[in-house]
Amino acid sequence: MRRLPWLKIDLLTWILPLFGAAVVLLVWSSASSSWSTNLPSPQKTWEVSRPYVVAPLEKRGELDQGIARFAWYSLCLVAKGYALALLIGTPLGFILGRSALVAKSFDPIIQILRPVSPLAWLPLGLVLFQKSQPAALFTIAICSMWPTVINTAVGVRAIPQDYLNVASVLQLSPIRRLTQILLPATLPYMFTGFRLSLGIAWLVIVAVEMLTGSPGIGGFLWQEYNSLIYEHIILCIVTIGLIGFVLDRLMGVVEQRFRSIA
Amino acid sequence: MNKFLELNDVSKAYGQGSSHTWVLRNINLQVAEGEFVAIIGFSGAGKTTLISMIAGLIPPDQGTIRLREKPVTRPGPDRGVVFQNYSLLPWLTAYQNVFLAVEHVFPQWSAAKKRERTEHYLDLVNLGSAHRKRPSELSGGMRQRVALARALAIDPEVLLLDEPLSALDALTRVSLQDEIERIWERDQKTVILITNDIDEAILLADRVIPLSAGPNATLGPEFSIGIGRPRDRKMLKRDVRFKKMKNQLIEYLICSQGQREPNAAGVQIETPVYGVEVVA
Repeated sequence: MRRLPWLKIDLLTWILPLFGAAVVLLVWSSASSSWSTNLPSPQKTWEVSRPYVVAPLEKRGELDQGIARFAWYSLCLVAKGYALALLIGTPLGFILGRSALVAKSFDPIIQILRPVSPLAWLPLGLVLFQKSQPAALFTIAICSMWPTVINTAVGVRAIPQDYLNVASVLQLSPIRRLTQILLPATLPYMFTGFRLSLGIAWLVIVAVEMLTGSPGIGGFLWQEYNSLIYEHIILCIVTIGLIGFVLDRLMGVVEQRFRSIA
Repeated sequence: MNKFLELNDVSKAYGQGSSHTWVLRNINLQVAEGEFVAIIGFSGAGKTTLISMIAGLIPPDQGTIRLREKPVTRPGPDRGVVFQNYSLLPWLTAYQNVFLAVEHVFPQWSAAKKRERTEHYLDLVNLGSAHRKRPSELSGGMRQRVALARALAIDPEVLLLDEPLSALDALTRVSLQDEIERIWERDQKTVILITNDIDEAILLADRVIPLSAGPNATLGPEFSIGIGRPRDRKMLKRDVRFKKMKNQLIEYLICSQGQREPNAAGVQIETPVYGVEVVA
């Protein structure tokens, strides 16, 4: 009886998630064996995907590489697009947060552009830049920057008047005011935006690679669909999900650090 | 009396159109150099508005505020402010909060001199052990000590204290009152203390001036506290002059609240909610 609390914790942290995964596997395998015969079973998926997972860094050809290599290409592209989103989104958010006039002018258009799908932005990117690489970066940046813009603006507006009074009494220069007061006070909000933006950037990558055919996890997924190797589609989905999860957790840790300070 | 700090017919209103309300009306005040003046009034009477105007954080709608004959148009380090809610920067340690102020007000000083001054003022308010702690790790009383150290460290000509002790428990309050008195005795800085605690006002100040209940709050007759220093808290409570002044102040404040109820036309106006600053 004394060990019961222990058991309870184990039940919640390990057994229940495993149970959930088992239910999904069960539904999946029963679907593949009954109404959808094209869907590979979990076992078949593992067998076919095995070489890509056990030798994740192998390069057999341009279109046939280990899963980690593809994931790396995708991460590099996301990193560039995401960096662009932060570089544009953070200052934009600051301006929107500081000036009611600018906020009033641009808020409606932002609310309209925000829900537009990456599938819609990419063709426009291709029109603008002619090449697939800059079009991909454009799409990732424009889709993922909105949470950063909006959270930064909210954070700037939420700065307590007290902090600004301190800046006024000390007669801080505009630059000092920004670096010593505005920026640190807004950081927790900014990092919430950064985390949400990263989630979107990773979400967008697959669509972008599918349309541009650039090498990466999304490109691989689309190519294997066209070559009828459906097991690899599932492998890609699982990999994309896992990487997205890890990225979100990492950003969550960083965000938490800043929250605890301010 | 020399005109060190001077407020002439200062008025401030909030709101537009029908909700336009005069919070403060025709405030006249003269403070001599080195004087300790306490302004006492109800919450919501506009005390914070008054101190913010002296600090230059908000401009008066009418009238002028002058410090050493020069009109106050914007905030500056010649007026150190301690706010009720500390207003420390939460991402900086106690030391860094004070250092930030020293660094900006004395940019020409050497790093060692700035560091020394920061440490000196933290020690002065008895915060020797808390240099490296962030505000969130400090008690209310300690936070207010940091805020006081920051205000003092920039060597202001006037120290503006906006209900600095009202968020603190009674015991911490007493020890910080003693601290403020000790520091004032030592530096002889000009101090304007805003408070809602009559005992505190009489204990610390040379002059106590009541602020009538708002809206249209204005300063009432001043009370010179002719009680010698250092003042002993226990003796003071038994002092006949203390009791008399306290009663007169209470009477004035209560009357000002009563008078305001029927307005000039004899129509009953809405009773304001005390504790809420009139903004709209």
